[in-house]
Amino acid sequence: MDEEILTEEALILNDIRSHLTTFEKERGNLIPILQMIQEKHAYIPREAIKLVAEYLEIPVCEVYGVATFYNQFRFHPPGKYPIKVCLGTACHVRSGDIILENFERKLEIKEGETTPDREFSIERVACVGCCALAPVAIVGETVHGHMAPSKVEGLLLRIRIEKEKQEREKLTISGNN
Amino acid sequence: MTEEIHQLFNAIREEAEKRRNAFREAPVPKIHIGMATCGIASGAIETKKAFEEALAEQNIEAQIHTVGCVGHCYAEPIVIIDHPASGFPPVFYHEVTAGKAKMLTKLFLAEGDPRFEHVYGATEENELIPSVMEFPRFNQEKRVVMEKCGRIDPEDIYDYIAESGYSSLVKALQLKPEEIIREVQESGLRGRGGAGFPTGRKWELARQARGENKIIICNADEGDPGAYMDRTILESNPHQVLEGMILCAYAVGAGNATVYVRAEYPLAVKTVTRAIQQAKELRLLGKGILGTDFDLEINVFRGSGAFVCGEETALIQSIEGHRGTPQHRPPYPVERGLRGQPTVINNVKTLASVPQILNHGAAWYRSIGTESSPGTAIFSVVGSVVHPGLVEIPMGVTLRTLIFDICGGIPNKKKFKAVQIGGPSGGCLPADFLDTPIDFDSLTEAGAMMGSGGMVVMDEDSCVVDVSRYFLDFTQKESCGKCTFCRVGTYHLLSILERLTKGEGKEGDLEQLENLSLDIKNGSLCGLGKTAPNPVLTSLRYFRDEYEAHVSEKRCPGKICRALTAFYIDLDKCARGCDICGGCCPVDAVFSTKNRKKAIDQTRCVKCGECKVACPPDYQAVKKVSPPSLAPFIERPPKI
Repeated sequence: MDEEILTEEALILNDIRSHLTTFEKERGNLIPILQMIQEKHAYIPREAIKLVAEYLEIPVCEVYGVATFYNQFRFHPPGKYPIKVCLGTACHVRSGDIILENFERKLEIKEGETTPDREFSIERVACVGCCALAPVAIVGETVHGHMAPSKVEGLLLRIRIEKEKQEREKLTISGNN
Repeated sequence: MTEEIHQLFNAIREEAEKRRNAFREAPVPKIHIGMATCGIASGAIETKKAFEEALAEQNIEAQIHTVGCVGHCYAEPIVIIDHPASGFPPVFYHEVTAGKAKMLTKLFLAEGDPRFEHVYGATEENELIPSVMEFPRFNQEKRVVMEKCGRIDPEDIYDYIAESGYSSLVKALQLKPEEIIREVQESGLRGRGGAGFPTGRKWELARQARGENKIIICNADEGDPGAYMDRTILESNPHQVLEGMILCAYAVGAGNATVYVRAEYPLAVKTVTRAIQQAKELRLLGKGILGTDFDLEINVFRGSGAFVCGEETALIQSIEGHRGTPQHRPPYPVERGLRGQPTVINNVKTLASVPQILNHGAAWYRSIGTESSPGTAIFSVVGSVVHPGLVEIPMGVTLRTLIFDICGGIPNKKKFKAVQIGGPSGGCLPADFLDTPIDFDSLTEAGAMMGSGGMVVMDEDSCVVDVSRYFLDFTQKESCGKCTFCRVGTYHLLSILERLTKGEGKEGDLEQLENLSLDIKNGSLCGLGKTAPNPVLTSLRYFRDEYEAHVSEKRCPGKICRALTAFYIDLDKCARGCDICGGCCPVDAVFSTKNRKKAIDQTRCVKCGECKVACPPDYQAVKKVSPPSLAPFIERPPKI
């Protein structure tokens, strides 16, 4: 597993290297470059910060300073099922924090972290714009409105069951072959 | 010159009208689906798919028209079906799920029965179905900025032009820049970003400023965690904003413009980028706009999500590739801004108002709203109201009208407690202010602020201390760290508030909150620090008794602060053998007593309230109390 992750990271860095050249070497491109990395790979690996600094010929600490200043950039790879809990104003007054806490308790990670098997990650986000459905959680691309602690459990259970089902199907297919 | 402009534009308008008429006159039903972020979040994509499938299955011909958002969040996904052959007017349906879509296709489109039980209203006056225009949520609004939102397809420039879009640009190109500035000045338009600086004055300063490459920036870095009108406008009608930017650029003599929009708004980024492309293709943007020698390039810069970047100097820093820290003013950006050039930074709503002003005239705009704040204001009303969503009202409407008439009041027969206006920079106003007219000056006077237009309505079951803590938590995280008072002060404010909500408040805390708040206000450079203590200061002013209850009685009057509340089960009311509370408890805190009635283990309870929701209405045995000492103690029998 560890080796797999390492090769994956090496591939990511190579990909970043090849895309850097499409940008002009201007300070104003720093944020667009970081956004490109974040969008392509969903996080900014530690080594990538050095790459960007070298490319733009600015100190590493400057790149790090900018990357950590803005909320968009994250430094951990997200899970396969990224969970975003809305803590916008409307969700807060309808106890969005309790929903967040339930996810944290069930998955045994804190907000901003990823489970060791890289299956789930939890993030808090500001308003996603469906305040009438508050409190809201987003798993992958799907918005789940009117969340409740018992729904958290059901949601995670459903994902796990579906995953097991898929794995079983994979097994039967490879078995048939 | 004038003739060429008209010639070019008339060709475009004719094309737009041709397309519009072809769409209108096609003898098939039209289905309009609201597909902005909020609609999609509520399931509009599934609804659209269901319509497409059902139409194909039943072999019905119809046109699906994807539109933006009308701002009625409570009703999403919204669908308007125009089926002239049925003899009914266009019908507005709310909460149209995939199943409802299939049902409507079969029963309304195929069989001509509009299913009255699902109808919200008709969109025009008629004798069969009451029109939505009779509802207060519709008829008390005055739409200037959002007039076309939800009516046109944001991805089709011709749809906008058919609704007289870009006609004010044609008008403006025949005027002198100074005449446009004068018109905007006469209209009395004030910046909608929150502070309310006169827009015409800003443009005049920029026009007079010296610089070769003046720049326009549209500020769509909407950071307030509860406001989303800028996103809705960009997603639903991007061309009105672009038109405003072009007018502004022409007036101040700029050749470059940037839309600074949050990267968290992917749909808005996509819609604006496409809109720019379309406008360029029709020569409404780019080199030689409509045959004149006026050039303008607009690009999109995606903000990376920092609340402080809504402040103009911080925004400029971030475009230049730095951390978004505000800079000293003067020099103001209109003198020396982005890359040292004179820069006009206007909010989305401000720019979107300009085409309307030029179209209808300054006098018309002045006739809306109040003397000192003409025009309309857009609020995103959330929290305890029946009809949350975006509301555009003339300035000067009272809070009571907005909350109780337009938004339907407080649900579940609860009492109104307070309204928080202006998000993290605003303040919390009690019921005494319900008859205050809403405009820039009256809100500032009351201690709140127009700010971003976020509005949270709180009923009796909410806690002002907790809401202040929530906003302080936000501003503390978003403080850029430049000014000590803001960086350290907000941290300290937050830690006091956290102590209060945990029941660890002590004497002198409230005085310290007050003093510290004033110091932060005085010692900070930018708007973030200057306004960050507002939620605390106003709630302290109007709800001091609640703060005192937290400090001296360790009691939360709204029963919200979790450390100060407890749940218990009233044994007289609990039904023997009903296990529903135990079944839903996420932490196994519910246990059975000797006679199988239930009780709550206070050491385990996380106070999520699930059991209270789950307990059947016949029993209502779960009680919430504050302070927690009011809950009777029942010992949990040891596990066997």
